[in-house]
Amino acid sequence: MAHDWSDPSGLYALVGEFNTPEELMHAAEAARHAGYRKMDAYSPFPIHGLSEAIGFRDTKVPWTVFMFGLLGVTTGYTLQWWTSVIDYPLNVGGKPLNSIPPQPYHPIFNAKNFERASQDKFFLAVEAVDPHYDAKKIEKVMKEHGAVEVSECEY
Amino acid sequence: MAKVKDRKLNDLLITGDQSYGSIDHSVGRMVLDQKIHTTAWFKWLTVGVMGTGLLGLSIAWLLWQGIGIWGNNVPSAWGFDIINFVWWIGIGHAGTLISAILLLLRQQWRNSINRFAEAMTIFAVMCAGLYPLLHTGRPWNAYWLFPYPNILGMWPQWRSPLMWDVFAVSTYFSVSAVFWFVGLIPDFATLRDKSTNKHAKLIFAILSMGWRGSNQHWHRYEQMYLLLAGLSTPLVLSVHSIVSFDFAISIVPGWNVTVFPPYFVAGAVFAGFAMVLTWLIPVRKAYKLDHLVTDRHLDWMAKILLATGLIVFYGYILEVFYSWYSGNFYEYKLLIDTRFKGMYSWAYWALIFCNGVVPQLFWIPKMRKNIWALMIISQVVSVGMWLERFVIIPMSLTNNYLPSSDKPYYPSTWDFAMFLGTIGFFIFLMFLFIRFLPVINMFEVKDLLYKLGGKKEYVNQDETVEVK
Repeated sequence: MAHDWSDPSGLYALVGEFNTPEELMHAAEAARHAGYRKMDAYSPFPIHGLSEAIGFRDTKVPWTVFMFGLLGVTTGYTLQWWTSVIDYPLNVGGKPLNSIPPQPYHPIFNAKNFERASQDKFFLAVEAVDPHYDAKKIEKVMKEHGAVEVSECEY
Repeated sequence: MAKVKDRKLNDLLITGDQSYGSIDHSVGRMVLDQKIHTTAWFKWLTVGVMGTGLLGLSIAWLLWQGIGIWGNNVPSAWGFDIINFVWWIGIGHAGTLISAILLLLRQQWRNSINRFAEAMTIFAVMCAGLYPLLHTGRPWNAYWLFPYPNILGMWPQWRSPLMWDVFAVSTYFSVSAVFWFVGLIPDFATLRDKSTNKHAKLIFAILSMGWRGSNQHWHRYEQMYLLLAGLSTPLVLSVHSIVSFDFAISIVPGWNVTVFPPYFVAGAVFAGFAMVLTWLIPVRKAYKLDHLVTDRHLDWMAKILLATGLIVFYGYILEVFYSWYSGNFYEYKLLIDTRFKGMYSWAYWALIFCNGVVPQLFWIPKMRKNIWALMIISQVVSVGMWLERFVIIPMSLTNNYLPSSDKPYYPSTWDFAMFLGTIGFFIFLMFLFIRFLPVINMFEVKDLLYKLGGKKEYVNQDETVEVK
């Protein structure tokens, strides 16, 4: 039953005073076992386990923080993306306009079928910077030795 | 009625015959009993007020005349303003380290020093923020730094570390301020209930926002405090990393180094702990708080100084190494011609002495217990950290790729006036803090006393000492 705040009289609660946190905790547990739910404990510092003793469980704060964090991240990223990709695109150092955090990259990942290098196939790459680089000759050597496929891989 | 005295307090984080009431008394009386503040407090406040006046004067003259009154000029477009900005912001980092990182690591010795260090953080960031703001030359246009739709159709340059600075420092300030205030709420409630003065009671009643120590309050408080610590931890690491990017992302010799972020963060904590010690030692003596801030606290802070000092010293050694190993002529020229034997080489060698050599004294346990040694070494470290930024900024700017850069940097009188002014402003704020806010987190220390005293034991609350 809700309290009528316009009425200054009336009973709010029965309050017990304790000397130690343990006594308070045991009293709270006992009151909870006796079936009371509308109660709260008051202490000069936080007492661990008291929430459980009283039966108070609450996750409003973490959820609020999480939702606002999510809102902040989304707003911040959208602002940066919209201003630098849509509204005022500006080439800085040749970087992509929408530069999400970079991924570990190596040009060999562009090679055909290369995802199987970590599974069940074997690859040999002769780099274009080699002073003797000659695509036809290398392909011939590779084919002679059983290469299933020879393809060019770009940066 | 067993008292805490009978128990062996673990590690002496709290000494003497203490009860909940005596802790409230020894901290609370600094606010509630205004008579205990002697003329020494007033003298120091006067120093602070004079410094603040000097700061006001320097700013007024700067706004009137423009930044030509400073020694900054091409090639040294950055001078005292950026040196002091980095110095102050670094000092702030000890507060966040103590309040956030040590909380996550469950280091309970932080409880009696966190409030003090957090106050220092906020005041130091205030001093730091002034410099880049005034360095813009037209601070009344500072809002241009923020993204807002404007008639120029322009947006901030998101790829510039100077832009990251704006967001890092402003976020750092706001999070630190929230963290500080949230931590103060339960203590404001204690002061509200202890206070006998009508006006003080009203002010603390408003500030404590109706705090009644309910289990629901504590439950939400602890959730929030932990989350704030979780948010501040990456923040404290990123703020100074970003400050270091202001340098590291450029191509100036001596700046373009990957070691800068960790080296700057360690330097910040180093400078911050030195400043915490500089303040805590006299304050705990003057206000008889040595039962709450014990020799054990000072010992551990000295160890952190030693550890972060070693990281910083490693950074200096690495700077020498890479200028040779990089094979870059200009890096090598900077090291030999400017740092080792140039006109500013005294600053470089003084830096090595202050930050590299002197803190090694903390290997000796006696030094970590000696108040005078702690005080003097802390001051030496503060000087050293200022010199570090001097070595980084004008030295690199006055010796790099072109002969036209070989022009010495001389700070002007106004550079010194503004630096002294911010120190004065810091002193002013700290002395107000000492008199009007609880300098030690009372409820956290009571919690610590309860945990140290052993849960079964009786820590009597009836013995609350009345404020006279």
